[in-house]
Amino acid sequence: MDLLEFARGPALQLSIYVLLAGSIWRVLGIALLQSKPDYSEPRQAGGLGGALKVIWSRAFTAPAFKKATMYSKTLGYTLHIGLFVTIFFFVPHILFFKGIFGVSWPGLPNSAIFFVGVITVGVALALLIRRMTHPVLRLISNFDDYFSWFVTILPVATGLIIPIRFGVRYETLLAIHILSVALLLVWLPFSKLAHTFLIFMSRGTTGAILVRRGAKT
Amino acid sequence: MSTSKVGYDDTYDLQSKRLSIKKPDVRYDKQGEMTDDERVHKAMVHFAKDFGTTAAAYLDSCIHCGMCADACHYYVATGDPKYTPIWKLEPFKQAYKREASPFAFFYRLFGLKKKVTVEELEEWQHLLYDSCTVCGRCSLICPMGIDVASLVSTARHGMFKAGLVPHELHAVAERAEIDGSPLGVTKTVFADRLEWMEDEHEVDINIDKEQADILVVMSSIEIQKYPDSMAATAKILNAAGEDWTFRTDGFEATNFGMLSGNLDWQRDMSMRVINAAVKIGAKLVLLPECGHAYMALRWMGGNMYGKPLPFKVQHVSEYLADALNSGKIKVRKVDKSVTFHDPCQVSRRGGATRAPREIFKHLGVELRELPNGGDYNWCCGGGGGVVTIHRADELRYKVFKLKMEQVEATEAEALYSSCANCRQTFDDCQSHYKWDYTAESLLELVADSLQEDAA
Repeated sequence: MDLLEFARGPALQLSIYVLLAGSIWRVLGIALLQSKPDYSEPRQAGGLGGALKVIWSRAFTAPAFKKATMYSKTLGYTLHIGLFVTIFFFVPHILFFKGIFGVSWPGLPNSAIFFVGVITVGVALALLIRRMTHPVLRLISNFDDYFSWFVTILPVATGLIIPIRFGVRYETLLAIHILSVALLLVWLPFSKLAHTFLIFMSRGTTGAILVRRGAKT
Repeated sequence: MSTSKVGYDDTYDLQSKRLSIKKPDVRYDKQGEMTDDERVHKAMVHFAKDFGTTAAAYLDSCIHCGMCADACHYYVATGDPKYTPIWKLEPFKQAYKREASPFAFFYRLFGLKKKVTVEELEEWQHLLYDSCTVCGRCSLICPMGIDVASLVSTARHGMFKAGLVPHELHAVAERAEIDGSPLGVTKTVFADRLEWMEDEHEVDINIDKEQADILVVMSSIEIQKYPDSMAATAKILNAAGEDWTFRTDGFEATNFGMLSGNLDWQRDMSMRVINAAVKIGAKLVLLPECGHAYMALRWMGGNMYGKPLPFKVQHVSEYLADALNSGKIKVRKVDKSVTFHDPCQVSRRGGATRAPREIFKHLGVELRELPNGGDYNWCCGGGGGVVTIHRADELRYKVFKLKMEQVEATEAEALYSSCANCRQTFDDCQSHYKWDYTAESLLELVADSLQEDAA
């Protein structure tokens, strides 16, 4: 078994198992803690409707906070959209997903994906610089923040290198790229990257409680 | 002079612009005899004790984006990163990861999260009490939707059990538990002051009726500092033809048990009002112009009672809006421009933001909203018990500058609010800065504008 076979086979498979098991464990670990009944008389229905409302509405910034958060939100959204586009609209990725799920969708030209990838890495660097220099972010950041940054951007960076080659064999570069994805998948459930699913829990919790009160969400 | 059970003497200072105990010569910010390890253990255990899915979902979701800092008046006014709201939870976040999170075993096994020390908790006492009014503005900016304010309240439960509450806040909370009022209002004092208001304003005030539809409660701040509120309430309820009463066995609306972080005291304080209301068969408990009283009884009262409350709970602004909308009371038009300071716990956190605006519509005033006001309003800086703490004064004054800028931008002729605690914070800061604006009572404005013959 060469490196590419290992990356494509056992490494990726194992990382997906870890991702699934870790994520389920983390969600259950939170969901199975005690939850106390709320006996106050609701002003309006909260519950699932309230949860869904805030899951959706918190994607937008209130006018009062626009100025203060403009820079980091613009970078944050660009990073997320960049990741989404490069993961789901690169033709070889679509073929990979087709192999697993049996469905496919149209992709973007390789040059467009490359461009988006470069932007994504650039934005990630800007976010890293911000984290390392802004007094608030410096204070509250820990290992998880920096390592999560690293494992998120690594697959993008290793993907961008593939067409450039730098004299390295294509198979080796591809294997490194896939291994970096495996690292991301393994790290995700144990780290802040779990916000990919925890965002629904925290926004939903607030929505259920505060919408019930008719309070501002 | 009253002698605290925890061993210090405190005298009320009822002459100052804001009410608390007098500035202590020697501070006792640690209560009870415990070793440092015991304190840390208690803080963590009692934090974890109320730890449920809600708090866990919040603490696990934080992505350290730091945006909450931009919503916090303490950070915005000082630029000091330690006031970042989520940082105020840091020791408790560490404790959660170590003790209760889904991967707690992992953190402990590899020693990834250090044990919290008592020195850290003492440092954090400033962050959890002196520099957080639990106003919940940060909860609105968080992209993950984390309600940071509720986490601060949970952390205060741990801090109280560890005996790590600021001297003054502990003292007034203890007085409230023992005497029934954080500011020395005994049953006799309450009855005397009602009688005084009855004479002064020539209004009939009902006390200790055995049955009534409405139980009216007051905050000690009003009873001691703004007693006209009591007369104003009576005047309006009489005009509306309500069957109402004050009760000397359940008059105190404030809940310093809640603010200081003592759940048992919080329950005791809520139960005094609940028991009085049940006893007289009240259909409504009418809360005064007090922000945290609304949170304590309207949204937490049932949970203290252990079942749904057998009566409705309204903030007085909600009652006034309803009474005006239904024509129960009528008011004369008031010809002036006004601005309104929303109390955080009634508006942003409590959901009653519309009520004062409806009242102003009936009054026909020109309402000039504060820039980024309403639900996004800057807190006055005195909520959450902060106004009682002397060592927090300098910071509180600094933070109040945001409020001054906000109010001045409206150029309104008058400023109103519907919270006595906000009002005393405004009074205190007004005197500190020799400021032109005074926060007046919306309730009293309605009472003064009442068309009594038309009701």
